[in-house]
Amino acid sequence: MTGVGREPALELRAIRKSFGATEILKGVDLAVGRGDFTVFVGPSGCGKSTLLRIIAGLDAQTSGDLRIDGRLMNGVEPAKRGIAMVFQSYALYPHLNVAGNMGLALSQEGVAKAEIDARVARASGLLQLDALLGRRPAELSGGQRQRVAIGRAIVREPSLFLFDEPLSNLDAALRVGTRLEIAKLHRALGATMVYVTHDQVEAMTLADRIVVLRGGAVEQVGRPLDLYRRPANRFVAGFLGSPTMNFVEGEAAARAGAAAIGVRPEHLAVAEDGAWAGTVSHAEHLGSDTMLYVEVPGMGLVTARVGGEDAHPVGARVGLTPRDGRVHRFDAEGRTIGG
Amino acid sequence: MRASAFPLRRGLVHAVLLAYAALCLGPVLLVVVNSFKSRAAIFGAPLSLPGAATFDLGGYRTVLGQGAFLGYFANSLAVTVGSIAAVLLFGAMAAFALSEYRFRLNGALGLFIALGIMVPIRLGTVAILDEMVAAHLVGTLLALGLIYTAQGLPVAVFILSEFMAGVSKDLKDAGRIDGLSEYAIFFRLVLPLVRPALATVAVFTMIPIWNDLWFPLIVAPGDATRTVTLGAQSFIGQFVTNWGAVLAALTLAMVPVLALYLAFSRQLIRGITAGAVK
Repeated sequence: MTGVGREPALELRAIRKSFGATEILKGVDLAVGRGDFTVFVGPSGCGKSTLLRIIAGLDAQTSGDLRIDGRLMNGVEPAKRGIAMVFQSYALYPHLNVAGNMGLALSQEGVAKAEIDARVARASGLLQLDALLGRRPAELSGGQRQRVAIGRAIVREPSLFLFDEPLSNLDAALRVGTRLEIAKLHRALGATMVYVTHDQVEAMTLADRIVVLRGGAVEQVGRPLDLYRRPANRFVAGFLGSPTMNFVEGEAAARAGAAAIGVRPEHLAVAEDGAWAGTVSHAEHLGSDTMLYVEVPGMGLVTARVGGEDAHPVGARVGLTPRDGRVHRFDAEGRTIGG
Repeated sequence: MRASAFPLRRGLVHAVLLAYAALCLGPVLLVVVNSFKSRAAIFGAPLSLPGAATFDLGGYRTVLGQGAFLGYFANSLAVTVGSIAAVLLFGAMAAFALSEYRFRLNGALGLFIALGIMVPIRLGTVAILDEMVAAHLVGTLLALGLIYTAQGLPVAVFILSEFMAGVSKDLKDAGRIDGLSEYAIFFRLVLPLVRPALATVAVFTMIPIWNDLWFPLIVAPGDATRTVTLGAQSFIGQFVTNWGAVLAALTLAMVPVLALYLAFSRQLIRGITAGAVK
């Protein structure tokens, strides 16, 4: 999937962006292989959306080089970059019907009418939009609008798809459905996609590769499970995975030879007694899982995830033991010790 | 509504509003009523409605019989419609630029244009007249159109840039990615979405232009370029004033502006409430 031996579909070299004195991006280097699904993830204000807008050509980088399909794209206008973008707010043209929305970019490029119709028909078939082609955006539901926005991107047959938090405006059930659809679409089209989200679940489920950003810099790049298993630092460790990783400082960490140690809730064994003894202060019963919030003296609140239904009542004494090889150690700067 | 819980307060509010409406409509009604009366009746009983004995369309006959008056109407319409069109087009373009693009002195330029709202254009009458003389535009309708365009632009830019800033940024960006030019984005995406605001601006611009007496008197007083408000004065003589004709002329002058207002008002109400709720 990573396109070894070929030029990358997207290449960023030392991309910087400042607004006045504020530096939004502090030199981003990245190569995205052809056909890869890459997700930019990070907390709000980390620069992920700015980076996407720079790739799209909607904002200009302050310095650095941007290549799409090997061609230098600095200063090239958005329509000439061979990209298509799906926006969080759908951004459909209110005065055009669904077919018109999907076909506009092609008619701007001067593609023949018959070819436009054929491509719109193909995309609408793929997204089950056939019955809606004559409708205006105002007559569509949120999910349908987002499918039209995706269709508008597909008909352009771009070398790069850009998604800017496309699921954020959808309700929870629709979000899962549309997420699946985007994943299927990626498989069907084999196209290169760059996707921005603040939701680590979307990142984990969709990505071939995740790029974790913080404060305008790349924290770590890698496959979802690699990032989950071997986070480069405490920030990545805490950002990916839900519920979030437990961090313990002080004596327990010092015994492990680190400034802090981290254990994911799913890697704690709960028994009558264990390495860390504490009291259950709250339990969340999800049916498939049970989250136990255990108050451990000297450590604070530790979350443990127990498979299935768990009978430990609030107030019960329990012992928590980290599974072997599942303890992450961090130094004083938050970097992972010993990979 | 909360007000309905206090019937007394609600009644008071309505009383004040009704009083204000009467104050505004009274003189207008007086003009309309008296325009249908004979000269003697206008002075004999100015507040009474026209009866069988006092009903007289003499004023209207004089006004409509005098061919020049239709010309005055045409002049007023040409100046007003032309100025509105120019104010809307250039105002919307300036508002789009100010709200959409980041450039040096963007804020200062916006403030400079807004200054025009605070400074009455009539303060510059002498300079404007000098300019018009130098440009050989004195005595033309174009001179009036230019002045009214300048007069209407500050408010237009101010109101429209608020609305333009409210148009989805994603929509404009989607247009850019689809290869629409900035002009296409402006005319095809943004303008249709701010139509209520355009109607609001049109009404606010239209009424002062139609009613203006000052600039037609100074810049274009000639018979060929006279506007309705100026034309009505021609019935006011130094020794004899044909009041029936003056009142008839003023009544007729209300009709077009009322029609335009009604045409815009549906959009206008939407425009005002959209601005308020946002």
